[in-house]
Amino acid sequence: MPSAREMWRMAESSNSVVIQGLTKRFGRFVAVNHINLEVRAGEVFGFLGPNGAGKSTTIRMLCGLLRPTEGSANVAGFDVAQKPEMVRQNIGYMSQKFSLYNDLRVIENIRLFAGLYSVPAGQLQSRIDWVLEMANLKGQERLITATLPGGWKQRLALGCAVLHKPPILFLDEPTSGVDPIARRQFWELIHQMADEGVTVFVTTHYMEEAEYCNRLALIFRGAIVALGSPSELKQNSIRGDLLLVECTPLGEALEILQSVPGVIDAAVFGNALHLVVENAQTAPAQVRSSLAQRKVAVQRIERIRPSLEDVFVALTTIKGAERAA
Amino acid sequence: MLARMKQMMKKEFIQVLRDKRTRFILIIPPIVQMLVFGYAANFEVHHVPTVVLDYDHSQESRDLLSHFTASSYFSVQPPAVDATQLHAVIERGGAAVGIEIDAGFARALRKGQPAPLQVIVDATNSNSALIAAGYVSQIANGFAQQYQRERMARIAPQWVAILPSVDLASRPWYNPDLLSRWFFVPGIVGSLTLVLVITLTAFAVVREREIGTLEQIMVTPIRPAEFILSKTLPFFLIGLFDVSLIAVVGSLWFQVHFRGHISVLVLGAVLFLLCMLGVGLLISTVSATQQQAMVTSFFFIMPAITFSGFGFPISTMPYWLQLMTYASPLRYFLVVLRGSYLKGVGMEVLWPEMAAMAALGLGLLTVAILRFHKSLD
Repeated sequence: MPSAREMWRMAESSNSVVIQGLTKRFGRFVAVNHINLEVRAGEVFGFLGPNGAGKSTTIRMLCGLLRPTEGSANVAGFDVAQKPEMVRQNIGYMSQKFSLYNDLRVIENIRLFAGLYSVPAGQLQSRIDWVLEMANLKGQERLITATLPGGWKQRLALGCAVLHKPPILFLDEPTSGVDPIARRQFWELIHQMADEGVTVFVTTHYMEEAEYCNRLALIFRGAIVALGSPSELKQNSIRGDLLLVECTPLGEALEILQSVPGVIDAAVFGNALHLVVENAQTAPAQVRSSLAQRKVAVQRIERIRPSLEDVFVALTTIKGAERAA
Repeated sequence: MLARMKQMMKKEFIQVLRDKRTRFILIIPPIVQMLVFGYAANFEVHHVPTVVLDYDHSQESRDLLSHFTASSYFSVQPPAVDATQLHAVIERGGAAVGIEIDAGFARALRKGQPAPLQVIVDATNSNSALIAAGYVSQIANGFAQQYQRERMARIAPQWVAILPSVDLASRPWYNPDLLSRWFFVPGIVGSLTLVLVITLTAFAVVREREIGTLEQIMVTPIRPAEFILSKTLPFFLIGLFDVSLIAVVGSLWFQVHFRGHISVLVLGAVLFLLCMLGVGLLISTVSATQQQAMVTSFFFIMPAITFSGFGFPISTMPYWLQLMTYASPLRYFLVVLRGSYLKGVGMEVLWPEMAAMAALGLGLLTVAILRFHKSLD
């Protein structure tokens, strides 16, 4: 008969991370405000938000680096506040800043972390080989880490974080400061791991990276404002339809359109405007006439499918307006 | 647990020993400082530049001045021609002692009256002025006694034999030649170790915090106490190496004989290093950057040395300040150092100091570990 504790853990096992009412306050500043979240095993879960939204604070609480002020978080079946050591044995963590020892050789860094994670002696050599293989560092073991290019360092950091085969991997803006090709290779690696059953919890503020995730949580000012798969978010988060308007001059057009009835929101995207409108059938004519009155030249109006960036802008402006009101 | 600590310590040693600059810092500056401080830290007064002014021009005045010329305590400069010149020489620092013999000095002596001798001492440094003035009066008294005996021998030779006198026999124990170097060299061993170990420990931890490696380490299963121990144990060994290095170089070069038992000194060093590691760690827990660590160490190191009895005797400090000296671990280590170096005493005398260092060290380390836990948040 399994004990009640084991039963509970088994029930939890389909969820790798369970967060309930998690809150972190620094003095009077609320960095993370009562968030609830469940991350399923084997999922690549994205935590998306602007800088300072509370992404890193959340991830650091989940890794047991920060104590929650309120609420609870359960990672790999262990409470982060009560059993931080057990949590740590079951997770890999990679911070946004490269944080291996630059003055050690590649192999010395690997051996150090293998030792810290108590990788059994019998598995040590095969794990080391695996990391070198994955990071493409075979034959470079003796190099001083500081001399490696950015993309290699990052793969080495990932390797050191998963030496002990953790079921959950936390990545805090893992691709900041890495070139696009290395970034792509990195995401391929992440998906490989997810295919092997590893749960990946990743924070980012790159929209194109968010598309790589199975599910996303959008965090803004410490609170989760949207949750779902990228396509769900795109479908459900925007009330109304999206129009692309190419016109000149843009600035003037933006000003005019914000007061046109039927237009919910307007924002500049590249060299065009994105309008959220109540009705995509009737709005183009209205927009054309309003702009023509003020002598703004319109090149093109087209209904488009929203990107994650549209979702992001829409949700954060609504929340921003709510707060201001 | 042990495997984790072993890996951390291995890493620490690799980092320290691979870096050429760190290797250099651990060996050369301590030796150089030992030698330089050994020469500089000195209370002795020798060859004090002295200017004389003789208005008397008598055999007696010349005789007295020759006593000064012959003494190694004074270095007699070309004589002044008048009082103004004498004052000017002292004022511009050309001499620290001025001796003025007024006209009538010899006449007074011959009549058996008190013969006036004026001595001006530059007391900017009150300590050396006091010592120089002491030497002057010693020479003047010696001259007076000799003069008396010679006169007595001429006038009433039969009384010379019963002339009363005190035969002073001072025996300076533990430092027969009264070399202030013997006092200072053990002190330098202590204070150099203090500076070295505190800064090394504080910096080693703060550096990891600053570059982010601390965070990466703290998400592994290593416990904070394991981290701290494996971080400090290497510096403990390095500190022990440096204490021995400085102590050996200092004793050989300055020929300060070690009378005690080496085991007593080693035990003292071990306990003292515990305190220093505790202080270094404490500093690292209140500092976010290496720069803050430097400033904080400075604020600890200065008073720790000042209140240790390294230079200024604790017994002359005001009572409330004397109480504060009990908080400086160096205070106890200096007693152990000087006790075992010069006096050759052992545990039977030094146990209170050893106990105090053990208590302070354990206390500091405990507080440091507790604070380290908090500082992770």
